[in-house]
Amino acid sequence: MKDAIFSLNGKETVYQPGQTVLEAARAAGVNIPTLCYLKDTTPTGACRICLVEIAGARTLMAACSTPVAAGMEVFTETDRVHNARRLNVELLLSSGRHDCMICERNGDCRLQDLAYYYGIKEMRFPQDQDFYPTEEENPFIVRDFTRCIRCGRCIQACNELVVNRAISYGYRGKDSKVVTGGDGPYLGSECVFCGQCVEVCPVGALTEKKARGKARAWETQKIRTTCPYCGVGCQQWLHVKDGRITKVTAVEDGEPNMGRLCVKGRFGYDFIYSEDRLKTPLIRENGSFREASWDEALDLVAGKFKEIIAKEGPDAIAGVSCARSINEDSYQMQKLFRAVIGTNNIDHCART
Amino acid sequence: MTNSFRDFAKAKMILVIGSNMTEAHPVAASLLKMAVIGGAEMIVVDPRRTPLVDLANLHVQIKVGSDVAFLNGVMHVLIAEDIYDKKYVESCTVGFEELKQKVLEYTPERAAAISGVDADTIRTVARRLAANRPAMLMYTLGITEHTCGVDNVMSCANLQMLLGNVGFECGGVNPLRGQNNVQGACDMGALPNVFPGYQRVDNPQAREKFAAAWKVERLPEKPGLMIPQMIDGLLDGKVKAFYVFGENLANTEPDIRHVERCLGAAEFLVCQDIFPTETTRFAHVVLPAAAWSENDGTFTSSERRVNRVRTASAPPGEAKPNWWIFKEIARRMGHVWESDSARELWDNEISQLAPSLAGIKYFRLEGNGLQWPAPSLEHEGTPYLHKDGCFTCGLGVLKAIDWRPPAETPDEEYPLVLSTGRRLYHYHTRTQTGRSEGLNVLLGEETADISETDADRYGIADGETIAVRSRRGRVAVKARVTPQVPPGMVWMAFHFREGCANWLTNPVYDPITLTAEYKACAVAVEKIA
Ligand code: SF4
Ligand code: SF4
Ligand code: SF4
Ligand code: FES
Repeated sequence: MKDAIFSLNGKETVYQPGQTVLEAARAAGVNIPTLCYLKDTTPTGACRICLVEIAGARTLMAACSTPVAAGMEVFTETDRVHNARRLNVELLLSSGRHDCMICERNGDCRLQDLAYYYGIKEMRFPQDQDFYPTEEENPFIVRDFTRCIRCGRCIQACNELVVNRAISYGYRGKDSKVVTGGDGPYLGSECVFCGQCVEVCPVGALTEKKARGKARAWETQKIRTTCPYCGVGCQQWLHVKDGRITKVTAVEDGEPNMGRLCVKGRFGYDFIYSEDRLKTPLIRENGSFREASWDEALDLVAGKFKEIIAKEGPDAIAGVSCARSINEDSYQMQKLFRAVIGTNNIDHCART
Repeated sequence: MTNSFRDFAKAKMILVIGSNMTEAHPVAASLLKMAVIGGAEMIVVDPRRTPLVDLANLHVQIKVGSDVAFLNGVMHVLIAEDIYDKKYVESCTVGFEELKQKVLEYTPERAAAISGVDADTIRTVARRLAANRPAMLMYTLGITEHTCGVDNVMSCANLQMLLGNVGFECGGVNPLRGQNNVQGACDMGALPNVFPGYQRVDNPQAREKFAAAWKVERLPEKPGLMIPQMIDGLLDGKVKAFYVFGENLANTEPDIRHVERCLGAAEFLVCQDIFPTETTRFAHVVLPAAAWSENDGTFTSSERRVNRVRTASAPPGEAKPNWWIFKEIARRMGHVWESDSARELWDNEISQLAPSLAGIKYFRLEGNGLQWPAPSLEHEGTPYLHKDGCFTCGLGVLKAIDWRPPAETPDEEYPLVLSTGRRLYHYHTRTQTGRSEGLNVLLGEETADISETDADRYGIADGETIAVRSRRGRVAVKARVTPQVPPGMVWMAFHFREGCANWLTNPVYDPITLTAEYKACAVAVEKIA
C-alpha cells in the first residue's frame, strides 16, 4: 500500500489515516495554534484559532476537526490564515474583561500568548460589559465568567477526560455560559471538585482559589512528584515558590493519570504547612510530653530496646511501618527490626 | 495488580467487584469511565448503588459477604454451559477437577439464595463474561476486608483463569491498593514473613544472603507477628515495646475501645509521625518526621510502578527523614549503616537485594517510573504479569472454595449489617485531609448512611442524629438517608474520630492475612431523644 501523503506548506508529508490536520501537522513538527483543542476528547471547533487554508476549499478550515485526506494541500501560515486568526483573537479579547495585570493567570495564559504573537496593538472592538457574576462559593475553584472565552475545554475535560459530567453549555448566543445542571454554583451540584476544568482552562476564567495571589507563573519552579494519597500513583507538578507549594497540577503525559488528578491529589497538599506539625522529639514525663533533643530521645529509644532485648528477648519488640511513606523508609525500618533488634515482628497495614 | 491503569481506559469488558472506585481511586475510575463511554461493557458487583453504577450495564447487588457464593454460581454456569476457556484451563492451570466439583454444588438457584441476586442475573453475568473476552476484573477492599478475604481473592482469580483472562492486556486480576505505598511497603518486606522482594524469612538461603548484606551473623527465622497480634500482645505482655511509624492505629483498627486499652498497656510505645494523632497520645516517645514533599524517595503504586517522590520544601523545626531516624537508632545499638540518602538506600541496597527490582535505579526513574519486575538494567518493566497465561511459578492454581458467612450476622438485637469504607473528600483518619484547607468544607462530619426503607421503619429523618450500636460500642452520628444503601444496611467511614465506624466494627480476622472484617458486623440503630 502506498504511504498516506498530503502536502503541508508545499512539502510532501506522511500522515496516519484518521489523523486530523492538526495532529498530522504537529507530528510533522509544524505548529498550529489552538485554544479549544483538547487532546483525547472530541474536537468541538469552537474557537477558530487553528484555521488553515486548504486548496480548493471555499472557507478556511479548523485544523483540529478536519481529517486529512490523501493529496490534500494544506497551508498553515498564509496571510489569509494570519488575518483570520488575528481577527478571532481580537474578537475573543473584546468578549471579556481581559485586563491581564490583575488576572491570576497573567504570564500563563494562552489568549495572552496569542495576542502577543499575532501582534495585536490595540482593542479594535468595544468590550462586552455585561457579565455573569463571579462565583467563589466553594473552597477550591474561582469561576470568573468575565474572562471566559467559551472555548468549552472545561466541558470536554469534565465529560470526556474525568467523566464526571457536571457541566455543559447553557443558554444561547451572547448569553451562552458554562453551567452545572440547573445552573447553580459548583458547590451543591454534581461537581466533585477534581479541578480538571481548572487544569485545562486556557485563560483566567477558572483558577485555583488557594493559589490566588501566592505566585506569578514565572516565579515558580515545577517539581515532579507522586501523589501522597491513594494507590493510583498520579504524577503531579508541585509549583513551588520560596520553598512553598503554591499549587498542584497534573503531569500531562505522566503515567498513569495522563493529566488528571482528583480532589485530594490536586487540593490536599497544604497539610504539610499545618501548625500542628510535630517539630521536636517529645518524651513523656509525669503524664505529659516535654520537648527533647534528638540525642536524648534516640538514646532513650535505643537504651530501652536494648534493655528489653536483654530481659525479654527480641520478640518482645514489635513494629508497624507506614504504607504512606517512601519505600526507603519501610526498607530501613524492617532492616532495623531484623538485623539490629533481631525479630521479624514487623508489619504494616497491608490490608487496609 | 496484574495489569496496568492504562488498560482501564482501553478495556472492552469490565467487572468491578467490591470497589467504590469513584471515591477511593477517582482517577482510576475516570479512566474506566472513559472506556465505558467509548463502548465498553461494565458489570458492577456491589451491595451499594455506588456512583459507578450509573454507568454500568448491569449492577449486581449482592448481599454483604456473599461474594464466594455469587462467584461460584457464575463459575457453575460457565462450566455447566461449557462456555469456559478449556484450552487455557488445560494448558495454564491445575486444580480444575476440584474446582468443578465444588462449583457444581453452587447452582444459580443456590447462589441466588445466598447472594440475594436472582438466578437469571447470575446466568447473564456468566454468559456476558464468556461472550466478551478478555474481561478486566478490578476489586478493592470490598473483597479483602472479610473473614473470608483470601477466599474472595482466590475466587476472583478462579473466575479469571476459568475465563482465560489472566496474562493479557485489558484482563487480569486487579486489586486497587488503598494507600499510595501499600504495594511498596509489601515489596520492601515490611511484613512478618518476607524480606524485601518477597524472599521468605524461613528460607535459609535468603537469610544467609541478607545477613551477609546487612553484615550480621544471623537473622531471625521465625515469621513475626501481624498487627492484630502485636496489639493484643501489648495487653497480655508478650509485646513490651511497640514502634508505630505513621499509623493511627487508635482510629483505624476495629473496636477502638479494645485497641486503646492495649495501647495504654504498652510498657514502651514509640510513635514516629508528622502530626499528633489519637495514637501518639499513648506514646512514651514521639519522633517528628519529614513528610511527603520534604523527602526524596520512591512510592510504588498499585500497578507495580516505582515512581519518584521529590523534595519541595524543608521539614519544619527539627523533623527528620524517617530513614535517618532508623539509621540513628541502629547506630546507637551498635550497627553503623552506610547509605545516607534514599537514593543510596535504593541503588545500593534495595535494588541489589530484590531480584525483581534489580533493573530499577534512580537514574531510570526520571520520567514515568518503571513497573516491576524489571530484573536488569536493560529491562523496560512489566505492564502486565503472566503473559499469555504463563504463570511465574508454574501453572495457575484453581482452588475449590466454599462460601462462609461473615463472623457476625444480623439477629434480633442487632438487626442491620454495618459495612464501612472511604469517602471522596477525606482520607483515612483525616490527619492530612483534615488539615488541608477546604476539604472539611466539602465534608465536615461522619454520617451513617441508611436506606429510605429503614429510615421509614425507624422513623429517622435525613440529617437527624441517631445512635448506632454494636456489641463493641455506640456512636451518635447524623443519619444520611440515601438510595445508595440497600435496606438492611448501615454504611459508615472512619474519617472522623466522632462517629468513627471503628467504635463498632468487629475485631475478627481472615485466618491467613489477619485482615479485619471491616465490611460486615451487626448493628442496631435508634433515635436519640
Ligand atoms: S471556563 Fe475556561 S475552559 Fe471553560 S469555556 Fe471558559 S475559558 Fe474555556
Ligand atoms: S471540578 Fe471536576 S467535576 Fe467539577 S466541574 Fe470541574 S471538571 Fe467537572
Ligand atoms: S490524585 Fe487522587 S486518584 Fe490520583 S493518586 Fe492522588 S488520590 Fe489517587
Ligand atoms: S482549536 Fe480548533 S477550533 Fe479551537
